[in-house]
Amino acid sequence: MFGGYLPSNYLPIVVFIIIAIAFGAGTIVAGYLVRPKKTYPEKLSPYESGMKPFSDARTPFPMRYYIIAMLFVLFDIEVVFLYPWAVVFNKIGLYGLIEMMLFIAILLVGYFYAWKKGALEWD
Amino acid sequence: MEIGLKILVPLIEISVVLGIVLFHVAYITYFERKILSHMQDRLGPMEVGPHGLLQPIADGLKLFFKEDIIPAGADKIIFSIAPIIVLVPALIGFAVIPFAKESITIFGLTFKPFITDINIGILYIFAFASIGAYGVILGGWASNSKYALLGGLRAGAQMVSYELALGLSIIGVLLLSQSLSMVQIVEAQNRIWFVLLQPVAFVIYVICAVAETNRLPFDMPEAESELVAGFFTEYSGMRFSFFFLAEYANMILVSCIAAILFLGGWHAPFKFLEFIPPTIWFILKVYFILFFFIWIRGTLPRVRYDQLMKFGWKVMIPLSLANIIVTSIVLYIVRG
Repeated sequence: MFGGYLPSNYLPIVVFIIIAIAFGAGTIVAGYLVRPKKTYPEKLSPYESGMKPFSDARTPFPMRYYIIAMLFVLFDIEVVFLYPWAVVFNKIGLYGLIEMMLFIAILLVGYFYAWKKGALEWD
Repeated sequence: MEIGLKILVPLIEISVVLGIVLFHVAYITYFERKILSHMQDRLGPMEVGPHGLLQPIADGLKLFFKEDIIPAGADKIIFSIAPIIVLVPALIGFAVIPFAKESITIFGLTFKPFITDINIGILYIFAFASIGAYGVILGGWASNSKYALLGGLRAGAQMVSYELALGLSIIGVLLLSQSLSMVQIVEAQNRIWFVLLQPVAFVIYVICAVAETNRLPFDMPEAESELVAGFFTEYSGMRFSFFFLAEYANMILVSCIAAILFLGGWHAPFKFLEFIPPTIWFILKVYFILFFFIWIRGTLPRVRYDQLMKFGWKVMIPLSLANIIVTSIVLYIVRG
């Protein structure tokens, strides 16, 4: 089904992922058997420089982080398109070059729009 | 028998690579403390073993026997698995790193100098490296601590911002090598290292790599003087050490990628130096970049967060885009 290519090259990666997760989980479980477990309310309270914690920590946070995440998704798609283009660059010649320049130009318009609108400002 | 061997060889390779990586992670903390100390006219760790050489082992054992505190009000499940989400991507990136030139044969089994060579090598590393950002944000949010939440948010925004420029900076290299496979990228640098053809990309890559691994001067997510320890403020014991392990494993990983993409991997710099084994060259290059990371930590002050974000979005991204445009046009003219 995969032309014999996929399993043989990707199998070690699957094995590695399983071993890495097992290493992480195994170390924590092994530590659970030997480490002390003496808890009391003061020890369990969140750190706030020695003060009694006030209010819940899950407070609203600035909109900027959300805008950055949105912009990241848009531009990351551009990066994903550039990878295959770069790999076959020699084969697709002038047509591919012009196509990608147009693509980057369109994205740059959006980029400067976001810049002028103040989406990249942090004050 | 055939299938058994097919599983056995990768298993041995994975164990060896995992062992080597964890050993170097432990000792890079020692080197960092020693180098920083000597830069500040101190001696650094001296007590445990000769010149403090056993200090990383003592630290590891200590953290293993420390109590593991889950703060009240924390989301227990997410709090528990966040360190593993951070650690696993940092480790499995090493699956496609070619450490040497030739395969070696021991007891009739042939070991390649990498765990696997997939044709999307570099894309695979970046794809998994992005998952680490989830662990950081989830860990910060689940802690039920204001410092951790702020640190997690900052880390998330910083990592995604610099990931863009990081991803864009290596496209110049891909244009030259015409491949995403790590082995083929190294082989493409047979005659000339890509750092000489892509100096701008190399500078962008190194700056973004420092920001991606949350190291000084871009360590806002864990800025000690304002956020205590950032996203892992509430972590203790083994889970705390996982964040550290992941940070240093990521440092070694980005250094390996820099050595492979820009500094010619296991190639010797000059023909007459080829008598030194390729592996030694590779290790030397990786440690040179690691030393550079520690060096700038000892030299530069922390930048402000708004400066960091402005720099990432308004300087690094346009610069890396300009690099791609110039590289592709020049390549088209040169290659005809």
